[in-house]
Amino acid sequence: MQEWYLIAILFLATVVGTKLLREIPSLLHTPLMSGMNALSGITVLGTVVVLGQAVSRGDKLLAALAAVLAAINVVGGFAVTRRMLRMFAEKGDDDV
Amino acid sequence: MTMFDLPFLTENVTVILELLAIAGVLLGIRWMSSPVTAPRGNGLSAACMGIFILLALHRHKLLQSGLIWGALAIGAVIGLILGQRVRMIRMPELVALLNGFGGGASAIVAWLELTGQSGATTSFVRATGGLGIAIGMATLSGSLLASAKLSRWLSQRPVNWRGLNFFKNLLLLLALACLVVIAALPGTAGQTRLVASLLGLAAFVAGWLAVMRIGGADMPIAISLLNSLSGVAASFAGFALNNFVLVAVGGIVGASGLVLTRIMCRAMNRNLGAILSGRTTQAPTAPTADSGPEPEPEDAGPAAESVRPGLTEAVAAFRQAGKVILVPGYGMAVAQAQQQVKQLYDKLCSLGHEVAFAIHPVAGRMPGHMHVLLAEVQIPYEKFMELEQANPQFPETDVVVAIGANDVINPAANTAVDTPIYGMPVLDVNAAKQIVICNLDAAPGYAGVPNPLYEHPDTMLLFGDAAETVAKIVSGLTAA
Repeated sequence: MQEWYLIAILFLATVVGTKLLREIPSLLHTPLMSGMNALSGITVLGTVVVLGQAVSRGDKLLAALAAVLAAINVVGGFAVTRRMLRMFAEKGDDDV
Repeated sequence: MTMFDLPFLTENVTVILELLAIAGVLLGIRWMSSPVTAPRGNGLSAACMGIFILLALHRHKLLQSGLIWGALAIGAVIGLILGQRVRMIRMPELVALLNGFGGGASAIVAWLELTGQSGATTSFVRATGGLGIAIGMATLSGSLLASAKLSRWLSQRPVNWRGLNFFKNLLLLLALACLVVIAALPGTAGQTRLVASLLGLAAFVAGWLAVMRIGGADMPIAISLLNSLSGVAASFAGFALNNFVLVAVGGIVGASGLVLTRIMCRAMNRNLGAILSGRTTQAPTAPTADSGPEPEPEDAGPAAESVRPGLTEAVAAFRQAGKVILVPGYGMAVAQAQQQVKQLYDKLCSLGHEVAFAIHPVAGRMPGHMHVLLAEVQIPYEKFMELEQANPQFPETDVVVAIGANDVINPAANTAVDTPIYGMPVLDVNAAKQIVICNLDAAPGYAGVPNPLYEHPDTMLLFGDAAETVAKIVSGLTAA
């Protein structure tokens, strides 16, 4: 049961995502990719879960290491995307 | 009772907030479709990520855990420094590196879930956890290698040995066997740890071997694919943890990477399977092929004598031209000629010419890379044309200037059946009235296919460092 609802969510997210992603012009493909990169750091939630469950010291440290990696991924991704998008916005003369 | 007990934040409320944040991520992607709304989209995605993290910390009662906050803070500081410091030309390396970190984190999460005491009850959980480990580890090693190649720590040249395929297949077989064992036979904690670690190791080596055989020009495809895999790894870790946020967001990232991979493959007329199995990289390339579009900046150019006559004619052509299209290639970025190109653009505009840029999808080292490099020197993006837009305009164009571009303008792609670039869509610059080529030398581009444009009677060849050549054109146009 639990499996099917997760598979359905995966299916929905990919279908809607793909539809939206196709609309993005190649002008913005690099910021798109770095933004997606940041989102792939969503696994930081997984590190929270496994850290909460970890019993041994080794497991806790391993989970913390994963949290560091995921946080680099999230923050680095969003920061660099912001930087690039500002370059485009500066030239977009009117708005923003 | 502490200030971190939030009684209104029940499990149901948490789930609703998480679903709203997923919708927020999708809206953020929708806003990415225009440069005007894109900064807002990025901000919204980042805010949603923050909400996800806070909700997870609350749900697992870790809001007061010093360890997790410490880990997140360390990661955030490193990420911020990387994100602020990186130069735009180094963007592909950074994205590859970050992909690797995401994949590695997912692999660790899946490994801990699989081997921990609380989880891994059903074979579905164990199988998806195993897949999370495998894909995460392959993403980690592949991305680290891709990043090292792109930053030139390691040679960009594809490496291939005899028997490599056999070895890789053996590894995949080993990984598959581990997966089956993990999924089908719940063992003791010690046994599971052993098999899961073996699986991770096999996947790590396999990912490394796969990227080892990919050369510099195919990197846009490799990065897009690794981007997708980092999302897929997160999604599988989500299945193992029964966490729908991970599944959904990981799935969106996976889809995005695949969309970009397909676009890149089409732009290069490449078959993904052929690249991964190293078949396209075995094309017989001249030993100098690698140096073609990627000159060392200090190489002033062996053909200095031929520069002068071509230059005068080129300057004259620019003066008379009504419509000019600039075609930047990766060689422009390597020669760091962006600033000079911007000056040329300004100069041509001030002379009253109609100026535009034609950008091939694989002009850079990752999707959209060239657009970012040109935007960095403040060339307005309204002037950028895609391949499909540009090709119909070349016949009515007076002068086309290729700067460090070779394979992407090589007409041999349309005719030379037995070459690696055959069938790759190219910019039809030979339809223009005059062509100026500012490349380092006459060596073929990365693909190793000689460019017939060099023999074309109307082509003005300006060999040498692109930055210097373009600067000379600008001063030629300024003088008199």
